[in-house]
Amino acid sequence: MSKGVGRPRRVPSIAVGVAAALSVSAAVLGLALLVASSGPFDRAFTGQRGAHLAASFDAGKVTTDQLSATVHATGVAAVAGPYPTMAVSVSVGPNGEFRLPPVTVVGRAEAGGDVDAVTLTDGRWATAPGEIVLSADGPTIGVGKSLRVPDALGSPTLTIVGVARSVSRTAGAWMSPAGLAALGKPTGYQMLYRLTTASTTAQVDAGRDAIAAAVPDGALTGATSWLTVKQEAVRTIALFVPFLTAFGVLGLIMSVLVVGNVVAGAVGAATRRIGILKAIGFTPAQVVRAYVIQALIPAAAGVAVGVIVGNLAAGPVLTQTESVYATTGLAVPLWVDFGVPAGVLALVAVTAWISALRAGRLRTIDALAVGRTPHSTRGRWAARLSARLPLPRPITLGLSRPFARPARALAMVAAIGFGAAAVTFGTGLAASLAEVQALRNSNADVTVDTMGPPQEGPEGGPPPPGDEPPPSDSQPKGRDPFADGPDPATVAAAIDAQSGTESFYGMARQEAAVSGLAGAATVYSIVGDSAGYWALISGRWFDKAGEVVVPTTVLTATGTKIGDTLTLNGADGIVTARIVGEVFDTSNDGRSVYTDAATYPDRNPNEYQIAVKPGTELTSYSKALDAAVDSLGLSAYPSVNRAGGDVALAVTGLATTLALMLVAIAALGVLNAAVLDTRERVREIGIHKALGMVPRQTIAMVVASVVVVGLAGGLVGTPLGAAMHAAVMPAMGDVSGLKLPPVVMDVYQPAWLVMLILGGLVIAVLGAVLPAGWAAKVRTATALRTE
Amino acid sequence: MTLIELRAVSRAYDGGPPALNDVSLSVARGEAVAILGPSGSGKSTLLNLVAGLDRPTSGTVTVDGVRVDKLGEAAAAKYRRASVGMVFQFFNLIDDLTVADNVVLPAQLAGVPARQSHKRAADLLDMLGIGRHAKAYPGRLSGGERQRVAVARALMNRPALLLADEPTGALDTASGEDVKRLLVDLHADGQTVVLVTHDLSLARDCATRTIRLVDGRVAADTTVEPVR
Repeated sequence: MSKGVGRPRRVPSIAVGVAAALSVSAAVLGLALLVASSGPFDRAFTGQRGAHLAASFDAGKVTTDQLSATVHATGVAAVAGPYPTMAVSVSVGPNGEFRLPPVTVVGRAEAGGDVDAVTLTDGRWATAPGEIVLSADGPTIGVGKSLRVPDALGSPTLTIVGVARSVSRTAGAWMSPAGLAALGKPTGYQMLYRLTTASTTAQVDAGRDAIAAAVPDGALTGATSWLTVKQEAVRTIALFVPFLTAFGVLGLIMSVLVVGNVVAGAVGAATRRIGILKAIGFTPAQVVRAYVIQALIPAAAGVAVGVIVGNLAAGPVLTQTESVYATTGLAVPLWVDFGVPAGVLALVAVTAWISALRAGRLRTIDALAVGRTPHSTRGRWAARLSARLPLPRPITLGLSRPFARPARALAMVAAIGFGAAAVTFGTGLAASLAEVQALRNSNADVTVDTMGPPQEGPEGGPPPPGDEPPPSDSQPKGRDPFADGPDPATVAAAIDAQSGTESFYGMARQEAAVSGLAGAATVYSIVGDSAGYWALISGRWFDKAGEVVVPTTVLTATGTKIGDTLTLNGADGIVTARIVGEVFDTSNDGRSVYTDAATYPDRNPNEYQIAVKPGTELTSYSKALDAAVDSLGLSAYPSVNRAGGDVALAVTGLATTLALMLVAIAALGVLNAAVLDTRERVREIGIHKALGMVPRQTIAMVVASVVVVGLAGGLVGTPLGAAMHAAVMPAMGDVSGLKLPPVVMDVYQPAWLVMLILGGLVIAVLGAVLPAGWAAKVRTATALRTE
Repeated sequence: MTLIELRAVSRAYDGGPPALNDVSLSVARGEAVAILGPSGSGKSTLLNLVAGLDRPTSGTVTVDGVRVDKLGEAAAAKYRRASVGMVFQFFNLIDDLTVADNVVLPAQLAGVPARQSHKRAADLLDMLGIGRHAKAYPGRLSGGERQRVAVARALMNRPALLLADEPTGALDTASGEDVKRLLVDLHADGQTVVLVTHDLSLARDCATRTIRLVDGRVAADTTVEPVR
């Protein structure tokens, strides 16, 4: 090969380099997501040397020496601890007015260790008294903020210095041992164990028994198996695997499309040059070799940039993914950083080889004639048709352009289509999650109940109706959610008497055994117009005694369907009720049954949910009503809906980030293709300009040349994205055993769909604006001399 | 009446020797001027400056009262649309458009109503004897026919000035003669023509005046009596 034969020409080289960079970035991101979605819990657990058993001991019944000696118990491979523990009630807010549920605080001197090496996701480890590190799986408060411990001596204030994640979920917060001791005498010790074998429940149980036997009787107060933690984590993770997998696959497909399209275009554009090479004596094989090398040089540079950009982009995405998966240590695997560049370079080489082979096999005379003789006749019908449109000529000239290069146009349509699909899927997912969140919240404005004001957090409120935990010994007296309420007529009169009341319903709870369901369910007997507060999946809302509405999980677990009967055996006796509806309900792990109050005539509601008229001031309404119902043993307060869950927020954020990245890749793909196309047509553009085409008209012509592909991309991609949504959302629901109601699934309104289709056009125009500006600026005399 | 006036025009590229060096000349309305000279003498540069495709490094270029050297890109395009018709050696027709669509293009860019522009294009094609090829694509035509299409397109907006760059350079002898006769006829009808050529016979037959450029300077400016 003679020196200079393979010397890259600037514009195609830049285009190939940029395409390779984009392609590698997209593929690195896509594969990183796919890898992250494959067994994230196991990898994170291994990475942290997670605890197979997290055991709690009564500090009054065992000594630290005895606990340390449990390392010799049968089956124990490694231990961490003993760590002092204490259940601590904390409050936040300027005056500490928001009390959070009690958290288990563990006194640990450091995050690392042989077992449960927790990962700091923000800040640093607590080393001094008054410092605390919160679990990343707990409430989001933020490093630097303060917590008060009202029940500790002197109500001390703790500063949050870090946020950490234990995949084994061993604590709600950590302090230094001295810091914890300053709050009071620890009530227990925590020991973390790794076992020699722990892959089955029996093996873990055997380990626990051996440990229990090594300490005084009654000292072991509880032990959490890693299998239990894993089951819960995997259930959460599995919920989002279809979603992230879909985005990962989209990224990979777009990567192949962008690089294939641009390399084929760049080498194909060199046909005349190839003819010249052949005319001076190059064999087809030499030509092909030269052009494959010519494509690989800028591609290699682009690949290097792409690996860096891909890793930089993957960083925040994987951090968000860690939140979604509640895991740690997600990173771009080394094999991705090497495999993707190799794959993309191979793709470049093959595409360049095929394109150059086609050009190399052309008769030399034909290759030389490219640019001088008439082009192929492809797309002339489109040019004739578009010329008849009642639009300015530069626009009609542009509109017909894709039909002259159908293969390139199709590749652009595909790239834009996948970008549009990503946006459609991402926005649909966010809308569905918002609907799910809305359904989990109470629609009521004011709550009246026997349990008193909520112990609300700064970013969350009381659980919505039916979402409370079952009563436990730790529950404060007077907050029994199953307590019988006052006379409903009296309560109703008090609520009705309040100015501003729009509507309300009352609700009583009881635990009941349900035929065919293992364990108890919560039965809600409701008075008032409650139907609008829940989303039905099928059937109807109950309207008389003896009818029940149940979540999908109950139908699945009991093997029943609408029309069948359930036997409810609760504190108020045995009731046989007919199932009339299937409701979307995530509360109580889906173990809820809703029925009319008339089904249990002897039980009075202890909670009322009230909607007020528009314009009613909630605080004063609540105060007035609170005063009115106080004598009935009830409290009234504004309903506080729970904020969007951290996971839902993280998923929405992740979907937005990924959709924007894929849109950027699609737009850059269009940019590259449009640059090549404009460059190929520079002489034609020069002719137009010589004939009097002004820069504005040139820009219009180039932008119009992507309008058809943009619209086509939108038309293809939007239904594809909607189809992905239709497939992925139920898959996510299935993992939780939930069917999704129409309000969650049918999120695409016609006007929204039109906007999404036009989004394809926006992507295309974004990609074409730069080449259009370049075409408008090119000097006419130079363009006319271009071969 | 002067249509083109160049005063002390120079044009240099990238710090090299000037392609045109202190050229001053004027062309009267209705004249047919042939610019002659060897390769690299500055002929095409002169034509580009008059067409508003390029700007001089120094000096002024005035055409039909317009200071072409001061025009921006958009204004230069509008100037070409209104005042200049261009014919190129290699025709520069758009291959994907029919003959009629090629011819009508300058009028469409100028926003001339469709009915009016299509009638004008049909008239021109008939006048130039290629009306039967209106729906054909340029690739189907002979070189001479393609150049006639290019001339029709150049005349579409009734320009004051027709610029032709080696209009017979890519044609066989018969087609060259054909185009030559066409230019003579146009000039006879009052069209101002400036053509750049190596072809002495073309200059002799079509032009009433020849300007010879050597190394970017006017070496000779001769009024000739064309052979008819």
